[in-house]
Amino acid sequence: MATRLKDTDVVVIGLGAAGGVAVLPLAQAGIEVVGLEAGSWLTRRDFAPDEIRNNVRDWPMAVQKANQEVPTSRATSSSPTGRGASHPMMNGVGGTTLHYWAQSWRLNPWDFKVVSETRRRYGASRIPKGSTVEDWPFGYDELEAYYDKVEYEVGVSGNAGNVNGKIDPKGNPFEAPRTRPYPMPALRWTAFLEKMAASARTLGWKPFAGPAAINTRPYQGRSSCMYHGFCNRGGCHVDAKNSTAVSTIPRAQATGKLKVVTRAHVTTIESDANGRVTGVNYLVDGTEYFQPAKVVLLASYTYENTRLLLLSKGTAYANGLSNNHGQVGRHYFSHHQGAGVSALFPFNLHAWYGMPAQGVAVDDWADDNFDHAGLDFIGGANLWVYSDRRPIGAAGMSTFGIAPNWGSEWKAFIRQNADRSNNAYIQKTTLPYEDNYLDLDPTVKDPLGYPVCRITAEYKENERAIAAYTQDKMEQWYREGGAIQVARAPLGGAMGASTHAYGGTRMGDNAETNVVNRWGFSHEAPNLGVLGASVMGTSGARNPTLTSQALAWRTAEYLAKNWKAVAT
Amino acid sequence: MSSDEQTRIISRRDLLRGVGVAAVAAVAPSTSVALDGAIAPAGAAEAVQPAATSAVRREAYENLTAVEADALEAIVAQLIPTDANGPGATEARAVHYIDRALGGALSSSRQAYSAGFAAFDRYCRMTRGASFVELSTTDQDSVLIDVESGSATGSGAGFSGSSAQFFGMVLNHTRQGTFGDPYYGGNANYVGWDLIGYPGVRTSVSAADQQLMEKGALKPNHRSAYDNEMFNKATAGNGHGEHQHGD
Repeated sequence: MATRLKDTDVVVIGLGAAGGVAVLPLAQAGIEVVGLEAGSWLTRRDFAPDEIRNNVRDWPMAVQKANQEVPTSRATSSSPTGRGASHPMMNGVGGTTLHYWAQSWRLNPWDFKVVSETRRRYGASRIPKGSTVEDWPFGYDELEAYYDKVEYEVGVSGNAGNVNGKIDPKGNPFEAPRTRPYPMPALRWTAFLEKMAASARTLGWKPFAGPAAINTRPYQGRSSCMYHGFCNRGGCHVDAKNSTAVSTIPRAQATGKLKVVTRAHVTTIESDANGRVTGVNYLVDGTEYFQPAKVVLLASYTYENTRLLLLSKGTAYANGLSNNHGQVGRHYFSHHQGAGVSALFPFNLHAWYGMPAQGVAVDDWADDNFDHAGLDFIGGANLWVYSDRRPIGAAGMSTFGIAPNWGSEWKAFIRQNADRSNNAYIQKTTLPYEDNYLDLDPTVKDPLGYPVCRITAEYKENERAIAAYTQDKMEQWYREGGAIQVARAPLGGAMGASTHAYGGTRMGDNAETNVVNRWGFSHEAPNLGVLGASVMGTSGARNPTLTSQALAWRTAEYLAKNWKAVAT
Repeated sequence: MSSDEQTRIISRRDLLRGVGVAAVAAVAPSTSVALDGAIAPAGAAEAVQPAATSAVRREAYENLTAVEADALEAIVAQLIPTDANGPGATEARAVHYIDRALGGALSSSRQAYSAGFAAFDRYCRMTRGASFVELSTTDQDSVLIDVESGSATGSGAGFSGSSAQFFGMVLNHTRQGTFGDPYYGGNANYVGWDLIGYPGVRTSVSAADQQLMEKGALKPNHRSAYDNEMFNKATAGNGHGEHQHGD
């Protein structure tokens, strides 16, 4: 029998990118918050620059909950099902913001209006067949204030391209107007990045430094970046990476209103006969607890958000919490396509001490920044050339077909070329489709006996066409930069588990096609909110974290301002 | 840190683990007298020999059998050879790295090593008439090409799955043991990092350091991450696959 704990105002499930941000405006408003986190606290002492542990093996996680719940995946409902060895996300206070790349992009205004803008500019026939994409219930302008808030609260460095309509060529000229610049200038460039920027300009493109939740000067009492080269799947040894574990969560704790519970393994959300949620069941080292709450905010990442809702059945929810319209798990998509481009240069790139958020972006081929009238797809990709290398990874580089993979010839090749390759990250628009979805796996279970999440999804023609088109652009850029070999990764097939996973609890005004309303609260369970990229209906060509955080802040602020209406 | 200090640190750690002092001699030839790691009891004081008298002894392994270790030493010497471009996997002590890891983070690969080496040995005898260590380097290379390409799979030697899987596993681990942090028992004397021009683990790289590197003037830093007191030591956990970023 579960121990019933003392009532609280709000329980937040998961203190990662989204939950870790939402607790701050709630605590500042005087609302009592309990934050349930499956992992434990990690500190800078845990973040050694160790490639074997960070990139080859696994992380200094005390808790492996996520790795015991790895989703299964299959391309279509008639394809074989597979399962990865480990989960893309980690458990810990701060969640995957502890070791993410920290790229912190705003979406482009087009991403909020894909349907209406496509119809207006190209005609309704250009919406890809089978796609369930909808316009967001609001536009970029509604989210601008929250982007701004999070950029300053978490700490984002970058060069603004458009402040109140004034274009600055050092930033992204395609970005929507922002009310003020970033709180810190962008991460520095290496000589190679300067060279690639110059090559982009030669092509007539508009290169700029990307935004990152990494300090470039002391900020909020924390150090600026040390550029030591272990940021990719590495935690920060000087707290310059602005994980929520060092930014918003400690500030929320300082109010005295946030109680952080670590090693809390949430199993189900309880609801009553009227359809309201009443609290959360969780385990700590096998002991059961029930945390009653007036409001529950679900912030456990896309796969687990869907899984927890489907596992939380009740009198009012025979098919899972907030799933009476059958929308939980629908409209799933991710950035997992791959289809990158790599290049070999005839000179060293000096990339040993870079980081993946330090790079040159080109947005000329992203979103609807270029005319698609003569093309067979909508959307596009951000081209990202960055500086990131470690020795084992360098030794595993492609030999571009000009050397074997071992032996003296390989050794001569690697001795000359270990610092001469570059891999572009081409981040592409992905749309939701009718037959891409999440549900519970019928056979694979976690150690507690609960089914794991199952992904049924594949990349469609529109996504593959974007990939092929933008690979051409990337190859053109690399050739202009002096590459002597260029290789393309295959276009996407099955859409496996990803750090950029969207949907399952989509946000929208129509309760028939969306799980949460425009404020992030369930259409069915009025005191249940959902945080994270699982509410996003489009991905843009962007890393999802900043948008997830802006939405989380907005949902929390709405809750604080409308406390009585939501909580009672 | 000087290489003497590195030797001292490794030998102290290895002594605690019951490995012979000879194991720290990075250039110990692979064909010398074997201390069978499979039967050497952990912490056995008698296994510890004074370095001066045991220089000819080979590594004492904790997890690999003597036969497996002989074959693996010979394989890694072909994968990343000692040649005109300098030291290779032998000098890096890649096999020492693998042996230690098989008792910890790579324990889930132990069975794949046992079965793989048994099949590998059968394949060598069936197709070349001798064990791998007895073959000429030309024959060793041709065997490895068969195994890498997967063409050894259907030979009746008994590779489980494709022989290419076994090859890929050994190659990955050999690279880890050659280019990984010396804390894990490989990359001895930083030979792997020097080979590819990696200037070493640092906790801070200023813009001036970056410019020095771009001019080829940044001095290599021979340190393990864990030579920095600011970090907790890594512990051996179960290994998981390498993650790829979202895309």
